[in-house]
Amino acid sequence: MIWGVLQFPGSCDERDAQHALELAGGETRLVWHEETDLSGIDGIVVPGGFSYGDYLRVGAIASFAPAMNAVADFAAAGGPVLGICNGFQVLCEAGLLPGALLTNEGTRFICRQGDLITGDAESPWLSELAPGTSISIPFKHQTGRYFAPPEMLDAVESNNQVAFRYAPGQNPNGSLNDIAGVTNEAGNVLGLMPHPEHAVEAFTGSTDGLRLFRGPAGVAV
Amino acid sequence: MITARILIRPKEGILDAQGKTVEYALPGLGFTGIEHVRVGRIVELKAENADRLDELCEKLLANPLIEDYEIEIV
Repeated sequence: MIWGVLQFPGSCDERDAQHALELAGGETRLVWHEETDLSGIDGIVVPGGFSYGDYLRVGAIASFAPAMNAVADFAAAGGPVLGICNGFQVLCEAGLLPGALLTNEGTRFICRQGDLITGDAESPWLSELAPGTSISIPFKHQTGRYFAPPEMLDAVESNNQVAFRYAPGQNPNGSLNDIAGVTNEAGNVLGLMPHPEHAVEAFTGSTDGLRLFRGPAGVAV
Repeated sequence: MITARILIRPKEGILDAQGKTVEYALPGLGFTGIEHVRVGRIVELKAENADRLDELCEKLLANPLIEDYEIEIV
């Protein structure tokens, strides 16, 4: 598969995302935020970082970058899209995923390894991760408190759109229902706050992140 | 041209982590009797008219899921 990894001014995890996708068996290319042509690309990763300096509100400016309009079309056509950390925030701001991310309950930037439990969502990204599967990957963010108004949250839960929850007792930021990641209704778009791309080499302590990046290849193409 | 001042703040009921942090720091500075601190932001702009300011707020300046806004023409 050929992966496009978006790059905004202020992105900082795009190279790690490329490395992870290549270890998972794909080819990658960076997609600059002004690009609009995604032809030839089989999947998209919106990486972590601080797009546009997090000005105004995290992910707000990036959500209408030219490349994001192309990603919206790509997602609507069923293409697999993964948003990590700032990428998750961008996808929420763009309306491609339900909810919003708020400043951590404790206001602190957190950076530590933690455990996620795979939810009931059906997604190409989760083809190697059955519901209930635990993965260990880094938590690394300051604006990661998942929030959705009550009706939206109910819909996310009843439609089985929860991709990951923080393991019991490990919710680091006050996220509602311990939610660490969600999908869109169709399941092809997934966003999560923790960082699977930083958990792909044994020397960092975990290779669990690879199971996410290998997912779509196991389903399609 | 008109000048608009747009006040954006966290919706009531949503924990405002910044506001809480400010609030917790106040006793250390000798300020007592202050509570319910909420931190928002102000956007000032000039526009030919106010016709599309609501749309601007809904689409960009505020996130209606988590923030309220008020537009003041000054």
